[in-house]
Amino acid sequence: MKDFPFLSILTLLPLVGAAVVAFIPRSKGGLAKTVALAWSLVVLVLSIVMWVAFQVGGDRFQFRESYQWIPTWDARFTFAADGIALVMLVLIAVLVPLVILASWNDIDETKRSVPTYFALLLTLECTMIGVFAAADVFLFYVFFEVMLVPMYFIIGSYGGQRRQYAAVKFFLYSLVGGLFMLAAVIGLWVVGGHTFDWANLKDASAAFETNTARWLFLGFFIAFAVKAPFFPFHTWLPDAGGAAPAPAAALLVGVLDKVGTFGILRYCLPLFPEASRWFAPAALVLGVIGIIYAALLAVGQNDLKRLVSYTSIAHFGFIGIGIFAFTTQAGTGSVLYMVNHGLATGLLFLVVGMFVARRGSALVSDFGGAGKLVPVLAGVLFFAGLASLALPGTAPFVSEFLVLIGTFATHKVYAVIATAGIILAAAYVLWMFQRTTQGTLNPALNDVPAMHKDITLREKLVVAPLVLLLLLLGFYPKPVTDVINPAVQATMQDVGKTDPAPTAVANGKVAR
Amino acid sequence: MQDLKLPDIDYGALAPMLILLGAACLGVLFEALLPKARRHGFQLGLALLATVAALVTVIIERNTRIVTIGGAVAIDGPTLFLQGSILMLGLVSLLLIGERTVEAGGAFVSQAAVTVGSQKDLRQAGSQPGATEVYPLTIFSLGGMLLFVSANDLLTMFVALEVLSLPLYLLCALARRRRLLSQEAALKYFLLGSYASAFFLFGVALLYGYSGGVDLAAIHNAVADPNRSEVLLYAGLALVAIGLLFKSAAAPFHVWTPDVYQGAPTPITALMAACTKVAAFGALLRVLYVAFEGVRWDFQPVLGVIAILTMLIGAVLAVTQTDMKRLLAYSSIANAGYLLVGVLALNKEGLASTMFYLVAYGFSVLAAFGIVSLVRDAEGEATHLSRWAGLGRKSPLLAGVFSFILLAFAGIPLTSGFTSKFAVFGAAIDGGQTWLVIVGVITSMVLAFPYLRVIVMMWLQEPGESTPTVSIPGFLTSAALAIGVIATFALGVIPAPLLDLTNDAAQFVR
Repeated sequence: MKDFPFLSILTLLPLVGAAVVAFIPRSKGGLAKTVALAWSLVVLVLSIVMWVAFQVGGDRFQFRESYQWIPTWDARFTFAADGIALVMLVLIAVLVPLVILASWNDIDETKRSVPTYFALLLTLECTMIGVFAAADVFLFYVFFEVMLVPMYFIIGSYGGQRRQYAAVKFFLYSLVGGLFMLAAVIGLWVVGGHTFDWANLKDASAAFETNTARWLFLGFFIAFAVKAPFFPFHTWLPDAGGAAPAPAAALLVGVLDKVGTFGILRYCLPLFPEASRWFAPAALVLGVIGIIYAALLAVGQNDLKRLVSYTSIAHFGFIGIGIFAFTTQAGTGSVLYMVNHGLATGLLFLVVGMFVARRGSALVSDFGGAGKLVPVLAGVLFFAGLASLALPGTAPFVSEFLVLIGTFATHKVYAVIATAGIILAAAYVLWMFQRTTQGTLNPALNDVPAMHKDITLREKLVVAPLVLLLLLLGFYPKPVTDVINPAVQATMQDVGKTDPAPTAVANGKVAR
Repeated sequence: MQDLKLPDIDYGALAPMLILLGAACLGVLFEALLPKARRHGFQLGLALLATVAALVTVIIERNTRIVTIGGAVAIDGPTLFLQGSILMLGLVSLLLIGERTVEAGGAFVSQAAVTVGSQKDLRQAGSQPGATEVYPLTIFSLGGMLLFVSANDLLTMFVALEVLSLPLYLLCALARRRRLLSQEAALKYFLLGSYASAFFLFGVALLYGYSGGVDLAAIHNAVADPNRSEVLLYAGLALVAIGLLFKSAAAPFHVWTPDVYQGAPTPITALMAACTKVAAFGALLRVLYVAFEGVRWDFQPVLGVIAILTMLIGAVLAVTQTDMKRLLAYSSIANAGYLLVGVLALNKEGLASTMFYLVAYGFSVLAAFGIVSLVRDAEGEATHLSRWAGLGRKSPLLAGVFSFILLAFAGIPLTSGFTSKFAVFGAAIDGGQTWLVIVGVITSMVLAFPYLRVIVMMWLQEPGESTPTVSIPGFLTSAALAIGVIATFALGVIPAPLLDLTNDAAQFVR
């Protein structure tokens, strides 16, 4: 079981599926949907088997495979997963079938090719899995960049208003970040002794010159900060999230953006530990600004999809400070946050998409009292909102709490300011919920026939797994934290930081 | 008195050039003796046959490493690799040149001497078959390019430069449509090209004065001797470099490029963008690496500034273009800048990666111009950007192929554009030219924008009234497109074989 080439198969499988779906004629949209769904379920099953096969407490990197690719540059098809990558891979595999199911009917209304859309989704899944599974910097970069292409066409061809602008902005922002990283990748290859293998580079990293390492760190960090996105590189996300079809947007903020934070954990911290410590204060400040600033903007949004996008930027601020606080608690919290945010915001985007599909508009002001027409759907929206604001009992609470106490141990001020973000989160979620579903029924809403149709069986199938997972991980996060914790500890060791002892001891109040 | 001795001539090593130049002469005879109706088939067949035969001899001679004809020609790894590349790219260009189904009579005018706009011109514009002189001219030009990359002394190099340039000047003037534009392009190219040749020749004279010889080895030895006039050396090097940089379309010697690329018949533009670039950079590499290695610290900063200028001008001006052929011309200028970055690495990797880049870019650019030749309306090619709006709806396959090529130009992974950029940038950082790489990366970002704009136009906009029809490509163009696209993809996914080949070839003989 241990030698089964999980990661390469997991990466290639969706690509094969995409090729199959792409060749289904345009007139047979229904067949394309079914094949895509079945295919993504096979990927899900495989990823669950992999989860089971992963040995908790075993090697840091498991399922390692390596095949020759470009010997001149020593670039190889090397795959390996640590606990952090593993949870992200499973998250992808869980979200994609739900996204396919959620797109089921919406996509017919765009009057564009249905098989192409699902082929693009499966291609996107392939590149997303690849980016988390790669253990070769060159391979990682390839997936990182290629990932843009399917998403670009999904937003540009199947999106809503201003989709062209949003698609181009998304592509250019990411490409600019990516090219900074390209320069850093080449530099890393040169100073690292002409190799791309992550493990070899990490061994070589101790000998990097301080200044070189800082520049290289910066190249990687800018790419990841754009991708994540951190303030002030975030402006593409509301446009892209607002214009993308809601299910694809769920994938965009749920998984694709996590590549940024994952990249920081996997590449910036272990390969450039000194630079990471040196840049940490700046990164923490950006994180805290992001939390407050994006939350304030979210409060003021009138477009549901843009609102959810802004909440994501605030959440990424939390993930960011959790990473750069350099404590195991905060780090574990951050990774857990990445998973939970994928589930919670994914759910929120999917539900918002259901509302938007019914109303034909994403503007908050076009709703009002919708709970009277679609009570169950409104209930799900309420739950998704509560999960998103990290209510105790839902999974995001655990991660947000871990981030805050972990950060408090090393950076009290930042932790205290960040806590204000929780209050703002309550404000934007509850106010949004109130304006859309509560109060008197908007008469215009009553005239829309689709608004009289409550949640359908298909939609229940979409939301149920996410709701269950959010509750389950809210009460019992141990299975996930057990997988994450060793990987985070190893990463913190790479940075050269050990957890501070509890404050009371450090203050010397204990007799020696 | 010493006996005069004839220099040794290795005919086997020279065979590729002899085959091409001989075939070109035969083509001239065909032109004189064959009836008009038969010429096209014969000429095309002869041209393709000669190119393939030359390619085969290059492959047979692949292990030759000699200097022959009294030091005039060096057949070594880079020579053979570059000759092979020129022949392969030339073969694909010939396919585009030979296409006659997309437009009745082909892309070339029947009689270039007829006054534009006259009655006779209107008659011939309709359907008279195009001039078949283009084939011998192309073969002459390709023969000149083969000699250009193998020339081991500056006079031979000058002769080769003229052999490759003169047919190109003529070919530029032969467009069937928009003939005034085409003639203007040819005249411009001819005048500026003549200046560049004169610069080159003057430089050769100064270097002769400096070193007492014109062969590269003599210059190399003279550079090592500190007791000579540095003024002559630097002036000579500068003038020779201007001649070569002109042909490579590097700034500030690039101004002819957009006009000529736009005015020339599209297959000839493709030939220039692919093959002439290989030849020009091949010669530049040889001159800099073989003759002037000893003063590398002196020319590196100057050429570095030129590389930066080239990248910046190409990228920034590409953003403002509204004509597809001019856009590709500026992109070609920017690519000349990236190639210079590779050249300036001044190490073995630099040589190898530049050669890799030349091949990769050549195939992509051939495919790009092949597609430009297909998008047309009653007036000929529709090259204005706005006309391409909505093309993705009307002919998704063609638009898909073009998008792929544009993504390759933008340097997205899994295309040859990425691997080749990676190769030259890697070599440049290895060679200590980090600043060039940083500018290269920044201009790549700028350059991505115009490419992306075209993709947006094709896919995300609705087709308008004026969206032209896409002609169904004939067999020849389809073959050329297929080769270009497959090479672009293959070199992006499995670049290892070609990288190994360039690494093995990257050693000049002196």
